[in-house]
Amino acid sequence: MPNFALQLLNLLAAIMLLITFAMLSQRRPLSLNRLFTLHGVVLVLSSLLVAYVTGNSHLYYSAGLTLAIKVVLIPWIIHKVIIRLKAESDVDTLINVPTTMLIGIVLVIIAFNLAMPIAQLSTSITSGILGIALACILLSFMMILIRSKAMPQVIGFLTMENGLFFAATAATSGMPMIVELGVALSVVGGTLILGVFMFHIREQYDDLDIDHLENRKED
Amino acid sequence: MDSLFLVILAIPLLGSMLMGLIGHRELAPEVNTGLSLGTMIAVVILSMEVLSTGPSFAFGESFHVDSLNGLLITLTAFVGLTTSLFSRSYMRVERDIGRMTSVRMRIYHSMYQLFMFTMLLALLTNNIGILWVAMEIATLAAVLLVSIYRTAAALEAAWKYFILCGVGISLALFGTILIYLAAERQLGGSTSAFLWTNLNAVKMQLEPAIMSIAFVFLLVGYGTKMGLVPLHSWLADAHAEGPTPVSAVLSGLLLNVALYTVLRFKVLADGSMQNGLPGKMLVGFGLITVLVATFSLSRQKDVKRMFSYSSIEHIGLMTFAFGLGGPIATYAGLLHMTVHSLVKSAIFFTVGHACQKAGTQIIADIRGLVKVSPTVGWGLVVGSLAILGMPPFGVFASEFLIITTSMQELPWATPILLLGLGVAFATIFSFVQSMAFGETTAKPLAHPPALLPVFIHLGLALMLGLYIPPYLNEWFGQAVKIITG
Repeated sequence: MPNFALQLLNLLAAIMLLITFAMLSQRRPLSLNRLFTLHGVVLVLSSLLVAYVTGNSHLYYSAGLTLAIKVVLIPWIIHKVIIRLKAESDVDTLINVPTTMLIGIVLVIIAFNLAMPIAQLSTSITSGILGIALACILLSFMMILIRSKAMPQVIGFLTMENGLFFAATAATSGMPMIVELGVALSVVGGTLILGVFMFHIREQYDDLDIDHLENRKED
Repeated sequence: MDSLFLVILAIPLLGSMLMGLIGHRELAPEVNTGLSLGTMIAVVILSMEVLSTGPSFAFGESFHVDSLNGLLITLTAFVGLTTSLFSRSYMRVERDIGRMTSVRMRIYHSMYQLFMFTMLLALLTNNIGILWVAMEIATLAAVLLVSIYRTAAALEAAWKYFILCGVGISLALFGTILIYLAAERQLGGSTSAFLWTNLNAVKMQLEPAIMSIAFVFLLVGYGTKMGLVPLHSWLADAHAEGPTPVSAVLSGLLLNVALYTVLRFKVLADGSMQNGLPGKMLVGFGLITVLVATFSLSRQKDVKRMFSYSSIEHIGLMTFAFGLGGPIATYAGLLHMTVHSLVKSAIFFTVGHACQKAGTQIIADIRGLVKVSPTVGWGLVVGSLAILGMPPFGVFASEFLIITTSMQELPWATPILLLGLGVAFATIFSFVQSMAFGETTAKPLAHPPALLPVFIHLGLALMLGLYIPPYLNEWFGQAVKIITG
């Protein structure tokens, strides 16, 4: 991979990590959705870049698929659900931003350590890119764990999927098309099901706080 | 060969679409059974061919069947068939008492077939990427099945299931990508680097550093779906809140498919690393799982929750057995997979009828089953004795093999296992005794309970404990060779 392209890919990876941190601290559902869209845009750009540099034509399709699903379709569905459920003001007040950021930084260090041996063996990438991909996965994992509302959990889950796709494109120049199609299909299916679930949860409890569900348990 | 694979996968897939249209009709449960029977027949023909002619491929190398997955597709199709028989009367009662509407019946039948399809796809595919997709769609189908009653508890269970398994399975995807990365250098960057048979051929050359990290991600990822501690908390909720036929197939089949997936990757990781680390990890996870599950049993108030913790315990035991490695422990693990599927689904069948009779799932409110319906009551008692490892049932044989091997290979682990089994025995037996005997005022059900599946399953488990036919022994032996490499 030419040096300039590698630099550019590193830049995109850094932007992606920055957006993931922003998502970690974002309390409002609509802004969170916008950040998620931006996350998708960066993913599309990096796929296009890798496609252009390696000349791997199926990566163009993969980028197109990501654009259609992760940048247009899913954020649109989430937006609709937020508006329909009147969840715009459903602010997550429980998160402590400074602590979250500190734990996030520790996670990034762990991710880089874990990625080091893998990246040394890979010919195509630097350890930074794989480290960032892994960091995005771990940060979204953390987002799912610390948020109590349904919407941020779903967005965290989708961000995790973005991180995985980034790892796949950056480390291996993309998985075979049929697998990517299957993964994309299941992500859309999952988002739709979770969207429907949110309506049911709202019916039961009048808001989208998953803590209600936890408190219901007797043992 | 191609056409046979096509039939096995097309029946449940097209069946799922068909049931989406007619799943609420009066005869839908019979059609559901018919579809499962069709799948079963095709699977049996395929397995017979594998047994006589050896492993084979279909559609290029996209699908692959050998003794290991041949055994599991037969088990899957069989339990799928008997569960559909059980669900005929069970779901009719649920509809009569108003828990199922026609829309829900359509979703239920459609997702039942889709769930069977994804499990068969996961077992038959040779492509580890498609395997991942199949497991993910299986999660989605199961989520819809678990949430079907739309109660607060069912929604909680489904949400927890989705988020935990979604996260778990994402980690598994990362592991899959890493394997692809390791294989890319040997096999080139195309679909061929995703085919398990190709990976198996070059497993010695796969980079151990990548493979060890990949295996950790895959074990944690698919381990979530197996219900390994500490990622087991979704399992009890999902089993308790969904309809009972769903609990039976989740416990009896999905856990097996997830374990099968881990075993396939263990073969690759073992070949690459050559240091037995994957086996040690399985032993560790298995032991913790057995202990945590058995000590959680006594705290349960809900009978389906209790038996789902028993499933976690048995999955831990199987994981431990496969972790020990070696032909005998692996044989025992496979046998345990088979008999656990049969016995646990039989138990869920009887529990389903018992809960419908009593109108509750709370153990303390279920009394006198033997009096009100002797077959259900005795079915539950016999099934529980079988799952607790009483001779002469098959569970005894497999647990005996696991414990004796463990005494030789890992003496320190044996007391821990025995403690777990003892606690499980004391807890489950006392609960079951209180449910089966005593006085009750419950009335008989409108639709006669389907007890044929229960006694077929228990009969088979009994047979496997007393006598394993030579061809089955040969079959297990071939599967053991695939796992031990």
